[in-house]
Amino acid sequence: MPFLELEKLTKSFGGHNAVDGLTLGVEKGEFVALLGPSGCGKTTTLQMIAGFVEPTSGAIRLGGKDLLAMKPAKRGLGIVFQSYALFPHMTVAENVGFGLEMQGVTAAERRTRVAETLELVGLGTFASRFPRQMSGGQQQRVALARALVIRPQVLLLDEPLSNLDAKLREGMQIELRQIQRTVGTTTILVTHDQAEAMALSDRIVVMNQGKAEQIGPPHEAYERPATAFVANFLGKTNLVDGASVRPERISFAAAGLAGTVRTRIFQGNHWLYQVDTASGLVTVIRQNTGEAMPGEGDAVHLLWEGRA
Amino acid sequence: MKAAPYLLCLPALVLFAGVVIVPLGMTVLLSFHDWGQYKGIEPVFILKNWQEVLGDSYFHEMFARTFRIAFFVTLLAAVFGAPEAYILNRMRSPWRGLFLLVILGPLLISVVARTLGWALLFGGNSGLVNKALMGMGLISAPLPFMFTETGIVVALAHVLMPYMVLAVWASLQRLDPQVENAAVALGAGPFTVLRRIVLPQVMPGILSGAVIVFALAASAFATPAIIGGRRLKVASTLAYDEFLNTLNWPLGAAVAVLLLAALIAIIWGTNRLVERRYAQVFA
Ligand SMILES: Nc1ncnc2c1ncn2[C@@H]1O[C@H](COP(=O)(O)OP(=O)(O)OP(=O)(O)O)[C@@H](O)[C@H]1O
Ligand SMILES: [Mg+2]
Repeated sequence: MPFLELEKLTKSFGGHNAVDGLTLGVEKGEFVALLGPSGCGKTTTLQMIAGFVEPTSGAIRLGGKDLLAMKPAKRGLGIVFQSYALFPHMTVAENVGFGLEMQGVTAAERRTRVAETLELVGLGTFASRFPRQMSGGQQQRVALARALVIRPQVLLLDEPLSNLDAKLREGMQIELRQIQRTVGTTTILVTHDQAEAMALSDRIVVMNQGKAEQIGPPHEAYERPATAFVANFLGKTNLVDGASVRPERISFAAAGLAGTVRTRIFQGNHWLYQVDTASGLVTVIRQNTGEAMPGEGDAVHLLWEGRA
Repeated sequence: MKAAPYLLCLPALVLFAGVVIVPLGMTVLLSFHDWGQYKGIEPVFILKNWQEVLGDSYFHEMFARTFRIAFFVTLLAAVFGAPEAYILNRMRSPWRGLFLLVILGPLLISVVARTLGWALLFGGNSGLVNKALMGMGLISAPLPFMFTETGIVVALAHVLMPYMVLAVWASLQRLDPQVENAAVALGAGPFTVLRRIVLPQVMPGILSGAVIVFALAASAFATPAIIGGRRLKVASTLAYDEFLNTLNWPLGAAVAVLLLAALIAIIWGTNRLVERRYAQVFA
């Protein structure tokens, strides 16, 4: 039996189903990402688990116990809110220490654990600042520290890295993954960034209009998308003669689908091609290995595995 | 082009100067004039009125009473108004509008009518409340209400409560409900959330409501005039008496100016305090 179970979870707002019959089992220690476009019901799902939105129907169980019967204050979940929801009148240290205080942790232990966690998110020197005096990304890391410090049995992260620059985000992703691996916290991450979802999670749930379109390991969803929506949402894809082909699986060859290079864009570690063919416009991604590559206007042949 | 904003401000400035600055300046000047029973007002520059106001223990007592009343009115308004605003803010749609109207209702009724109502309820032996309480045998003598400071405080607190409720309500509406949720998720109970999360965030609202209520209570006229009568004078009723009964305008002016100066000092001081305390928290 999964550790955290959502069963036919539904939430409707005035007749419109924001979450529509979502069933999901999360194993203990698993890292699951809810991935989907804006407004597909990710936050609503998380808020139902947290207890701040009441489901219209369905059940949520944690460790076999009915979570909906439990007060939100007793659920012991670590939550990073999409809007951070920091306490504006408290310093960073007070914010992070609040949960420990509620647990009755002594002041001395609180201090060390707060300092450790702030160090972990790279905010060691910001302890006495107020949230208003920090950038969006720094506030987001305070929110993350506040959720991590209480060592919750389940972490709910609502776009916890959306406001960080690429480099910091990568660092925090590695950090998150490491924490999750070492501590073994069951984690649900909400994101609309497919790269982030695939990089971090054991399984992804691709959501669309309140429904789960596909649930599975990232590479499986990427390689064998269950629906056209999933294929499109998880990176670029070509529809050639009714079959879906990832652009990086197509190579230039001596024979194959004939075409002409319309545009060629250099993107550092790879080249991005748009090729005109009889089956329509095809996107091709080739690694930059330093070899000479076809230029714009060149006639090429495209080949990929499984091409009829 | 640069002159346009100033030109646009001009009418309001002229009006402000005409109805506020000029009369105020004239009142200040008046407070330095002389007055005699038979000679009337003499436009000279003397400090007699100010010496009297600042030196006479009668005036000390009267000003002390004025600010004591204002202080307790503010306290009552905060203690009752802040929870009232909180409850109002948590109500659902049809009820919220209804109760907002109930709370603001007093503002729509003339202060005089309302205060007279209080006088009818509590005044002497014939007051309804006293009659009822005595009828039930709960008290043997009528509760003193008319011509007491307590009476003035209670009536003023009722009159001024809406200002506190509105000020606190405005700051409650700026709160992010997710912030309270965040505290709940970390294990805080309802009372802890209220005390540690909500109250500190609405403190600026309570303080600004307090400044308004304090200023209005210290300069209130109708309520102390009706309930305090001529026995229990406050600054504004005294100034009124000096102007219209004794006809000692210069002395009345000195009282009025002193009240104004004291209020400005108190409000400015509170503001400074609030700003220093909350500047970094609520930019
Ligand atoms: N309180 C509410 N009342 C009415 N409709 C709501 C409410 N909260 C959410 N919705 C609707 O439910 C749907 C799902 O919202 P939700 O916030 O879960 O989306 P999301 O997947 O988190 O999107 P985003 O990526 O933009 O954060 C949206 O269509 C939204 O308009
Ligand atoms: Mg969301």
